[in-house]
Amino acid sequence: MCRLALKTANEPFSPYEVLTAMEAMQEGYDGSGLGLLLRGIEFEDFRYNPLFPILSGIAHTEKAWHRVTEYMESRGYELKYDHRFAMKPELIDADDRFRYFMRAYRMPKEFRDRSHNERESELLRTRLALRKLGRDEDKVTVFSFYPDVAMIKEVGWPLQIGDALCLHDGQIKSRVCMAQGRQNTNYGINLYACHPFFIQGIATMTNGENTAFVPIRDWLEGTKFPGYVGYQSDSEVFTHILHYTLKKLNLPLQAYKHIITPLSTSELDRHPQGEFLRGLRQVCRRLIIDGPNAVIGTLADETCLLVMDQKKLRPAMVGGRDGVWAIASEVCGVDALVPDRDQALDFQPMREHTVIIPPHRKELEIWSQHDPLPLPLAA
Amino acid sequence: MVPARSLAVTPGSLTTTDFPWIIEHREERCTLCGHCTAVCPKGAIRLAHLRQRLPKLELFSNKRGSEYRTFTGIRQETDPAKLCIGCGMCAMVCPNEAIGPVAGTNENRTVFFDNRKGEPLKRGGRRNVSGPTLLDRMLFTRISMLTDPALDAGRHEFSTTTTIGRILSPEAFLERTLRGEWIPPTRDIFPFVIGSMSFGALSPNMWLGLLQGVAYCNEVLGLPVVMCTGEGGCPPWVLRSPYLKYIVLQIASGYFGWDEIIRAIPEMQCEPAAIEIKYGQGAKPGDGGLLMWFKVSKLIARLRGVPEGVDLPSPPVHQTLYSIEESVMKMIQTMSMAFGHKVPVYPKISASTSAKAVLNNLVRNPYAAGLMIDGIDGGTGAAYNVSMDATGHPIASCVRDCYLDLTAQGKQNEIPIFAAGGIGKNGNVAQNGMAMIMLGASAVHIGKYVMQAAAGCLGNEKNRCNVCNLGICPKGITSQNAKLYRRLDPDKVAERLAETFMSINTEMKKIMAPLGRSQSLPIGMSDAIGIADKAAAERLQISYVC
Repeated sequence: MCRLALKTANEPFSPYEVLTAMEAMQEGYDGSGLGLLLRGIEFEDFRYNPLFPILSGIAHTEKAWHRVTEYMESRGYELKYDHRFAMKPELIDADDRFRYFMRAYRMPKEFRDRSHNERESELLRTRLALRKLGRDEDKVTVFSFYPDVAMIKEVGWPLQIGDALCLHDGQIKSRVCMAQGRQNTNYGINLYACHPFFIQGIATMTNGENTAFVPIRDWLEGTKFPGYVGYQSDSEVFTHILHYTLKKLNLPLQAYKHIITPLSTSELDRHPQGEFLRGLRQVCRRLIIDGPNAVIGTLADETCLLVMDQKKLRPAMVGGRDGVWAIASEVCGVDALVPDRDQALDFQPMREHTVIIPPHRKELEIWSQHDPLPLPLAA
Repeated sequence: MVPARSLAVTPGSLTTTDFPWIIEHREERCTLCGHCTAVCPKGAIRLAHLRQRLPKLELFSNKRGSEYRTFTGIRQETDPAKLCIGCGMCAMVCPNEAIGPVAGTNENRTVFFDNRKGEPLKRGGRRNVSGPTLLDRMLFTRISMLTDPALDAGRHEFSTTTTIGRILSPEAFLERTLRGEWIPPTRDIFPFVIGSMSFGALSPNMWLGLLQGVAYCNEVLGLPVVMCTGEGGCPPWVLRSPYLKYIVLQIASGYFGWDEIIRAIPEMQCEPAAIEIKYGQGAKPGDGGLLMWFKVSKLIARLRGVPEGVDLPSPPVHQTLYSIEESVMKMIQTMSMAFGHKVPVYPKISASTSAKAVLNNLVRNPYAAGLMIDGIDGGTGAAYNVSMDATGHPIASCVRDCYLDLTAQGKQNEIPIFAAGGIGKNGNVAQNGMAMIMLGASAVHIGKYVMQAAAGCLGNEKNRCNVCNLGICPKGITSQNAKLYRRLDPDKVAERLAETFMSINTEMKKIMAPLGRSQSLPIGMSDAIGIADKAAAERLQISYVC
């Protein structure tokens, strides 16, 4: 079982804060990996324009690093900022890490006036092309390439990785930070298997095992959408289902829960939009998850969410106050992230809930599957 | 030595030891009550009057030296036409355990006489190959241990239903919902369907018992079990009853019974569960249905709209069709339209290397509600032995190929594949069915298993009984002779059917729980199964375990 922590605040904060909170939940992971995702980014030494896509990843050798920089240039990306981590490489277990990169680019000229969708799809294609760029001996690992999103993944103990990359130095801050401390389960240790997973602005991380993984993966691959690849972890499908719900079906966030854990027939009989939801359950039947899972996610507008599986709920709770909220696997994690909150208002979602922290961060929205779906066509 | 000419030896002369089943009769226990000879469906035993010489040495008399004793006993007929079929009814009715068949250990020489009068053997049952099937050897190997707290099959909620009907892609569903357009009809059903056994192949009591049991499963147990009529129509009162919703009406190449069905459409209280168009059958691919004249009773004749007592062989193909394209265009659309596009219509074919071609054609037709594939181990009421034993294709690899083909196209949720043919052949019905589901079937059809479990059918793959075609079913399951079918109490059949489906449902949960699945049927969850057979594992793209 892994441990998850997410903090979202109006005031940017250091990712090291979240790593410290992970330390509070240290019984829950074995140091087989850490994943970090930052949104709403500020760099100490650069006034970052949040429209510039940031490329995050690792070049495992110098050759691989040159291949990445050359490729980005040839594709027409103009480098605006190259973040240099103050490294302590001795704290990293792996020895094939030539460079961690986090670089902001300006889109190629021909894309500057294109629609949002076209720009997004270009970024995705570039990321996938970079993923393929690596060779066995000169590996390249690319985590994300998107405006205002940066990611770090590494094998090892979370706090130690934070120290290795000197994340406490205040060089990077963000309004949203997601972190996962990994407990290696049935899939091998692989950087791409670390959560959070990211696709076109949407990121999720998960606690637990997805027993319906293979049929879901088969179906997603069958859609032939270029971004639905990878699947080094069974949890990657949660990100892709959320992406499919929001971007392909253009459904509201609340529909995600109806797709991954639909209500039973008897519950739908009593639901005001039962007929529509029964149809939705049927057409999305291959996307039904079978937990136990707690899924924590963030969207491009800095909305954060937390949902549970239908039955064997994994631990996760949310707490906070106006302006600062935290979601963590354990209450001690929430305590570490937002100590000065009213604990009585902490909330642990049940099978039917979707917890949404809207971008304004004033209060939580707790939405139940039994509530009407905010969707005109479902009426 | 006696001259051969004085013995009645012909090419067809056999002794009981040449037979597959030998009657053992214990004279000292027999009370000569006559129950066994009365019940024997084949007349394989008779009351014999026998004479025994008792030699006596009379030295001082002119009388001849022998005395004779006459006695009676039960003897087995040696005429191949009266071959014992091993049903064991004699043992079942004997009050004194005096009689019963035992399997012959010598070679079965009657097979050489299965062609009397130039007619090859016709029989009921299924392919006579016994032993564990491929499905029996499948193991559910992906057990969630520690990484995932186990589910409780007894206490947790499980969703064990599947969908029959064409399912749209999510995008098309939303678009059509927005525009208020037609959404293909679907039904949530229990994934073990009572396969097509016609009213005609089955006795009225058996059919009634099944229907009662199905209604009980749906209305009392909450298990949405459906049954398929097979070719031969449906009793008019059922067509006009609220139970029609539990019935899949089959139309096959003989179109028997469809006058009655079409006439009943305006008076139907509800829609049938689905329409199955039979193009082929696993037990006898390329051959049509066959109801032999013994079984065409007055009732059956009326239902099918034919004269009494004539053979009813259906043509091997639908005579009006030339190709799959046409059959899809004409029949599926016509049937869909006849029921106001509110009833799923799907074809049934024999498993074959050409099944994928049919499937790909259906994918492009928005009215096709699924594909039913029937494998070589499927049962039948009547077919030529050679068709049953040697013609056809096993179900597992055929369904797997079709599923993987759909997966490659991203259509696996849109066209459900139903599999049949040997599910539960050795009694492991839930295990066999769930293995098929994990290979990619959305549901399985079971026929023979239902007859065995709900009505005590005695047939097996050692060619025991298997005389469904002759209308002499000793249990009254497949007979149209009132004397025989009155042996079968429909209430008892219904009770057994309910018990059977309750138990399948529990076993399904017992299989799903350790795999960590409860929210949806694990269709295509091929990572969950393994087999200790490298070639089969490779062919089916599942894991090899040993």
